Amino acid sequence: MTDLNQLQADLSNQIAAAPDAATLEAIRVATLGKTGSVSALLKTLGSMSPEVRKLQGPAINALRDQVAAQLLARKSDFEAAELEARLAREQVDLTLPSPQRRKGSVHPTMQTMDEMVSIFAEMGFAVAEGPDIEDDFHNFTALNFPPKHPAREMHDTFFFNPGADGERKLLRTHTSPVQVRAMRRGNTAPPAPWIAAGQEPPIRIIVPGRTYRLDSDATHTPMFHQVEGLVIDKGIHMGHLKWTLETFISRFFETDAVMTRFRPHHFPFTEPSAEMDVGCDRSGGEIRIGTGSDWLEILGCGMVHPNVLRNCGIDPDVYQGFAFGMGVDRLGMLKYGMPDLRDMFASDTRWLAHFGFSAFQAPNPVSGLS
Amino acid sequence: MKFTLSWLKEHLETEASAKQIVEAMTMAGLEVEHVEDPASKLAAFTVARIVEAVQHPNADRLRVCQVDTIDGRKEIVCGAPNARTGLTTVYAPIGAFVPGLGVTLVEKPVRGVVSNGMLCSAAELEAAEESDGILELSGDLAVGTPAAQALGLEAVIDFEVTPNRPDWLGVAGIARDLAAAGIGTLKTSETLAVDGNSACPVTVKVDGEACPIFAGRLVRGVRNGPSPQWLQDRLRAIGLRPINALVDVTNLISYDRARPLHVYDASLLLGGGIEARLGREGESFAALDGKTYEVGPEMCVIADAEGCRVIGLGGVMGGDSTGCSEATTDVFIESAWFDPIRTAQTGRATGINSDAQYRFARGVDPGFILTGLDLATQLILQLCGGEPSQMVVAGLAPSAPSAIVFDPAYVEGLSGLAIPASRSLSILEALGFRCEGAAPTVIVTPPTWRRDVEGKADLVEEVARIAGYGSLPSTPLPETSRAIGGVLTQRQSRARAARRFLAAAGYAEAVTWSFTAQQSARLFGGGADSLVLANPIASELNCMRPSILPNLIEAAARNARRGFADAALFEIGPVFNGDQPQDQRTVITALIAPRPGRDWGRSAGDDLFSMKGDLLALLEELGAPVGALQTAQGSASPWFHPGRSARLQLGPKAVMAEFGELHPTVLKELDAAGPMLAFEIQIEAIPEPKKKAVKTKPSLDLPSLMPLTRDFAFLMPESRPAADLIKAVLGADKALIASARVFDVYRGQGVPDEIKSLAIEVILQPRDKTLTEAEIEAVSARVVAAAEKVGARLRA
Repeated sequence: MTDLNQLQADLSNQIAAAPDAATLEAIRVATLGKTGSVSALLKTLGSMSPEVRKLQGPAINALRDQVAAQLLARKSDFEAAELEARLAREQVDLTLPSPQRRKGSVHPTMQTMDEMVSIFAEMGFAVAEGPDIEDDFHNFTALNFPPKHPAREMHDTFFFNPGADGERKLLRTHTSPVQVRAMRRGNTAPPAPWIAAGQEPPIRIIVPGRTYRLDSDATHTPMFHQVEGLVIDKGIHMGHLKWTLETFISRFFETDAVMTRFRPHHFPFTEPSAEMDVGCDRSGGEIRIGTGSDWLEILGCGMVHPNVLRNCGIDPDVYQGFAFGMGVDRLGMLKYGMPDLRDMFASDTRWLAHFGFSAFQAPNPVSGLS
Repeated sequence: MKFTLSWLKEHLETEASAKQIVEAMTMAGLEVEHVEDPASKLAAFTVARIVEAVQHPNADRLRVCQVDTIDGRKEIVCGAPNARTGLTTVYAPIGAFVPGLGVTLVEKPVRGVVSNGMLCSAAELEAAEESDGILELSGDLAVGTPAAQALGLEAVIDFEVTPNRPDWLGVAGIARDLAAAGIGTLKTSETLAVDGNSACPVTVKVDGEACPIFAGRLVRGVRNGPSPQWLQDRLRAIGLRPINALVDVTNLISYDRARPLHVYDASLLLGGGIEARLGREGESFAALDGKTYEVGPEMCVIADAEGCRVIGLGGVMGGDSTGCSEATTDVFIESAWFDPIRTAQTGRATGINSDAQYRFARGVDPGFILTGLDLATQLILQLCGGEPSQMVVAGLAPSAPSAIVFDPAYVEGLSGLAIPASRSLSILEALGFRCEGAAPTVIVTPPTWRRDVEGKADLVEEVARIAGYGSLPSTPLPETSRAIGGVLTQRQSRARAARRFLAAAGYAEAVTWSFTAQQSARLFGGGADSLVLANPIASELNCMRPSILPNLIEAAARNARRGFADAALFEIGPVFNGDQPQDQRTVITALIAPRPGRDWGRSAGDDLFSMKGDLLALLEELGAPVGALQTAQGSASPWFHPGRSARLQLGPKAVMAEFGELHPTVLKELDAAGPMLAFEIQIEAIPEPKKKAVKTKPSLDLPSLMPLTRDFAFLMPESRPAADLIKAVLGADKALIASARVFDVYRGQGVPDEIKSLAIEVILQPRDKTLTEAEIEAVSARVVAAAEKVGARLRA
């Protein structure tokens, strides 16, 4: 009779001494496998007398359980060590940079435009558009600029060479020609689907777009952006204009602290006409809004001139309304602190990254504008 | 337009300060641009007296003066020849900024003698254009008197005159508006008519088209010479140079009453008369400014010698040949009315921007032609003596503005300003309007100087600006029915979405000019003469762009030259195919200047396909039918690399986008280092989705069976695009094959030259039962057969 104790001690030693998982597996096969030594012992139980079996049975089963437990324990040691080694092997240097991701941005003028559209949309304004290359009628004549009037000269217009028909096209000097397109009775089929069609009052639109004047210095560029507003209805007066612009300005600058004032001015296409100033502080060499005792002109506006209404086929004794026009780039500069208008159009990637906006800062009435 | 307070007070009785006047002007529509106050500019300068002046020990031309100043007695070195004992002059202390010299005084020895300040000339104080020697002031002035006060310098108000208000080009007109605004009482004195002793010997004649009315008068026996000090000071204060009394009178009345006049030396006139007529081809004219101008047939000229000699451009400038000098004894005074448009055009054509031209171009008061002539005559008689003739007048003054039927209630209707009718009418009357009748039909006649007033809206503006825009109510807009689906059109929403998408994808938005150089435009299929500006700001910005690409390429190149070569830019904006409104389109254009091989673990050449990924993802975001798009390799526009570019289209007539590497020749022409990659999306070519009544999405069909993946490798000629293979494979079993995608491209060992090996993953999606091995085999066979039809064979 094999000494079970001795066998167990031997097997314990072997298991403990097994250098790796493969040796351990060999030991398992040699002991607990089909033909293994412990399995062989178990098989002997069947041929034993009941008395002997009663004695040997528990001992051999205990031996088997013990060997199995030791094998399992040793095996999990090996697995733990193996995992440890794998984890050590798998180490990467996370101080290495991730692949370069370019940082994109939204241009501040376009951000500003989106903000303006969002504010006016809340007030019920739709967005209308028109072409940059205009004719004299839409840019001047229909807007009550008398032919050859000095007011036309003040617009520093870019002209094209006259065409075969002698007509001289121009680059629109303001977004106001779209007023004419939107108000003009009979303009039901505009030249392209995106261009404003004539509509019956009530009209409530804004017109964002590019405008052009022959000018270039720190505060003037040959191209700039305007947002035009137009409201035509019965009984609209300057008080509505004032409310609309005051409301716009405080929402745009996101503060109630902005002071505004209306000042008489002259535009051929409005009567009465006004300019709106915002209170500012110029003492530090830069302009700060919402503080100080100085004034800064920010937009022109007025009641649509009866001649303009008539030119569009609207009876000024029935309908009246207001229009305004503001410089988008300039208001963006005031709000966000860009010092030089020319930089807006220079496409310097460092400037775009610094003054640009995240894609996810889309202005919306829920989270605020900026 | 500039004026001084003392001049204003000739017309306005007021106690208001300069600050109050400036504020009132601004709120009445006279936009003050600048107030130049010599008192603050010259604050450091004060009156001083030279107690002793002795020769400088080391310099012949210098004197060392002991001077009594506001700071006590000072030793000052002075180089002026008139620095003499007892002289009362102006002293500047160390530290003062001398405006005429543009320097700040520092204490330093002059030839060994320290000068403790400076004695100043009028030019150094910018009180005169030039001076010889230091100021010589009246000995009565106390030492320490501010220099501005001693020199009679006062604040000059400079304001912008809007083109509708030529009457503000005279101080009297400003006073009228200020009086109406409650800043004082108007006190412009009435001009009495001058009776001449005899008929005017100079005859006048007008051609009504050139000049509607021309009036004049001869004054014999004048003594011309320098004007009296008050007149010189008044003109100098606003930056005008006194010339002689006769000319100064015309300048004074021009600025005082917005009434330009001209004076001729009658002895220099040829023939017995003057006429105003249109210019003739070939005529030229020697003007008072010393230059000779070509005369055009659109100009109004003044001629003598029976109309043969041009002696003036009407309303613009007088001639050199007949100008008044100190030798003039007989003067002919002209007061005429020249057409604003013709005058403006003559000004532009000749480049002359005189005070007269400026006023006539805006329209002077046709009611003050003869009165202005009388006023000038009186002043000339007063200053120069002489015998006036009677007035001579040819032509008729333009008609006065028409009366307007006005309901004062319209003030509130248009402005929202609730003020009583009586107040409205009194404002109008204060501004010179005549109001007759009672509300609601008051007949309002504008004064002759208000030719801008045409209708009742103009009257509302008059009332509102004088009542004050500050009292306008703030009235909320009435609620309107909002557009239910939002205010943006599909196209506007797409532009907005594209902007946010591209910014999130790592592109920086640029906004570049709508113009480019004609030469650059030609590289991109544009540059037509109809899109070339007649008056560009610069020759490299002379043509409307046919594409945003030239501008973005140049922007990337500029950034590269600054040392930032890895630009990724986009712009959403207009491009122009022609000068008609419908020729303008909106495009979304992106450009990458890649920096290959500068990322560890990332290989060069990824950029083009990553950009393609951005493009397709963006198109999908914008609602384009991306699944139906054909990638037409090699058919993109010629500014792309022919082998590395493609069109995305629904068909050859429905091109939605182009993308690829830009052509190296194009980059070279634009002086840009390549490679650069780009795409251009025609936003208007993306079909609008069908309008649906409800917003519900289509029902979701989730198969209950697992999809199976089968991989294939095909050998295919290099010339054949992979898209052909994919299209064929997808068509092999439209019911079962859910997708097919190239996951590897291999060239090299085991693959013949000019052949590529494409590994394709095909996903089969069984619908109603699990596929048997035989069925899978059958699909695979169909895939291989379909591939063979496009020249691919299964790799062994």
